Amino acid sequence: MQLTLEFGGGLELLCDSVKIHSVDVDLPSEEKQLTMKHLLAWVRSNLIKERPEMFMKGDTVRPGVLVLVNDCDWELSGQLDTTLENKDVIVFISTLHGG
Amino acid sequence: MESNGGVDESTRLLRELQSLKDSKRDIEARISVIEAQLQQSQSNQLLDKKASSDCPNCVSDSGHDLTPDMIYRYSRQLLLPSFGVKGQSNLLKSSILVIGAGGLGSPALLYLAACGVGRLGMVDHDVVELNNLHRQIIHGEAYIGRSKVESAAAACRSINSTIEIIEHKEALRTSNALEIVSKYDIVIDATDNAPSRYMISDCCVLLGKPLVSGAALGLEGQLAVYNYNGGPCYRCLFPTPPPTTACQRCSDSGVLGVVPGVIGCLQALEAIKLASLVGEPLSGRMLLFDALSARIRIVKIRGRSSQCEVCGENPTLTQQNFQHFDYENFTQSPLSPAPLKLKLLPEGSRITSKEYEKVVKNGNTHVLIDVRPSHHYKIVSLPNSMNVPLANLEEKLPEMESVLKGVESVYVVCRRGNDSQRAVNVLHKMGVFNAKDIVGGLESWARDVDHRFPTY
Ligand SMILES: [Zn+2]
Repeated sequence: MQLTLEFGGGLELLCDSVKIHSVDVDLPSEEKQLTMKHLLAWVRSNLIKERPEMFMKGDTVRPGVLVLVNDCDWELSGQLDTTLENKDVIVFISTLHGG
Repeated sequence: MESNGGVDESTRLLRELQSLKDSKRDIEARISVIEAQLQQSQSNQLLDKKASSDCPNCVSDSGHDLTPDMIYRYSRQLLLPSFGVKGQSNLLKSSILVIGAGGLGSPALLYLAACGVGRLGMVDHDVVELNNLHRQIIHGEAYIGRSKVESAAAACRSINSTIEIIEHKEALRTSNALEIVSKYDIVIDATDNAPSRYMISDCCVLLGKPLVSGAALGLEGQLAVYNYNGGPCYRCLFPTPPPTTACQRCSDSGVLGVVPGVIGCLQALEAIKLASLVGEPLSGRMLLFDALSARIRIVKIRGRSSQCEVCGENPTLTQQNFQHFDYENFTQSPLSPAPLKLKLLPEGSRITSKEYEKVVKNGNTHVLIDVRPSHHYKIVSLPNSMNVPLANLEEKLPEMESVLKGVESVYVVCRRGNDSQRAVNVLHKMGVFNAKDIVGGLESWARDVDHRFPTY
């Protein structure tokens, strides 16, 4: 499945400072649909190069990270259970505090 | 060599100069207040005269209370069909509080003063520093070392002497926040740290004030309006604070001046929309700004959470316990910008910058490792130091072995003396037992040894 993943607010530093990744993620075997839960595990093992604790806590993202599926807060689409479709754009952004 | 008399004389002159400058500033401030009052009373007289002259209804007929001066000053806004007299009148009757007179607050305050917000308050306890000026554009060189609020208020008054400007020269804390915020209709969060953001949002929910929240770091910015018309609060979105290591500050990570400038302008815009009752506020949505790729993205965020501890159905926070809530403990980071001072090493594993100066002067064989990131090292470094960033220290150690062998001591330096201690711990673990860190880093070198050594 073709997906575009974007990292911002400093999270890109965890994946070689690259903000936009066009990726091809395979459906896990015996699953009919790709969920955010699968995608997070995939991101963690394929894109995150350092300090994974800065990205994830348990099986979800750490506090202070917003997840947007097609420009929409994943809270509105079921968080980890959100199902993904081909060409979806998923943004992971860390909240900023500076000024 | 200068005699003591010379030093005393110049100190005296400097003191007199400062006191004269202070008096001048006070007199100028007084002049602008009187001028504004005079202008106000003259235009009032003009209105009275008009009202009682051959055209008794011509003023009230217009259905607003803008004076001729106001009409001229704000004419370009009055000409906007979607803003007009109604928007301007609403704006003039509104009050807005800007918390933080820094990179975000600077442009926000300038625009809010200029556009005619009736009462404009500002809170900050900080003083202006030279390394603020690249982004905190409301402050000028003449105000270095003086209160940011004083400086910002003077700048706002010089643009618009007809609005009320209120100075709060103090840090916003749980003890004063309710009292200060309650005096305003709308709040702008232009602060730079996580505990302040939670405290301000909670305070706004408790008092029912809409909050325009902006943040900027590096080359990115974020903007949202919270607690507006049933929309979410900051805690609905971020119920749990992020880990401390995820809370970078401009003083560590850097920021391009115009980036908070863009976000600060957008904060002023959202506040103007709320105050004038014009347009559609950025509530339930968030604006993400990426300066490097020139992209602005507006995303839909969750609505008010019924589970929210502050604005939800069963809130646990009240005005009473807000005043005793420990936001620094909640977020595990300090409200004030004082940098962290770690103490990880025993005295025997540390030397002061003055002691290191002696090592250099005596010609003792040693290696000086600078563990800052390479882009810091490029700004300034000590002579004969080698740059091995802390993140790469462990993997680089095998290559360094030949250099480290046979020297009396290995010294480690960084910017402020925290990473150098972490690095010495790494070196000790890897068998380099003669490694010591320089207490206080390059900042202490600049302070105690070489005053001309650049700090940043
Ligand atoms: Zn809430």
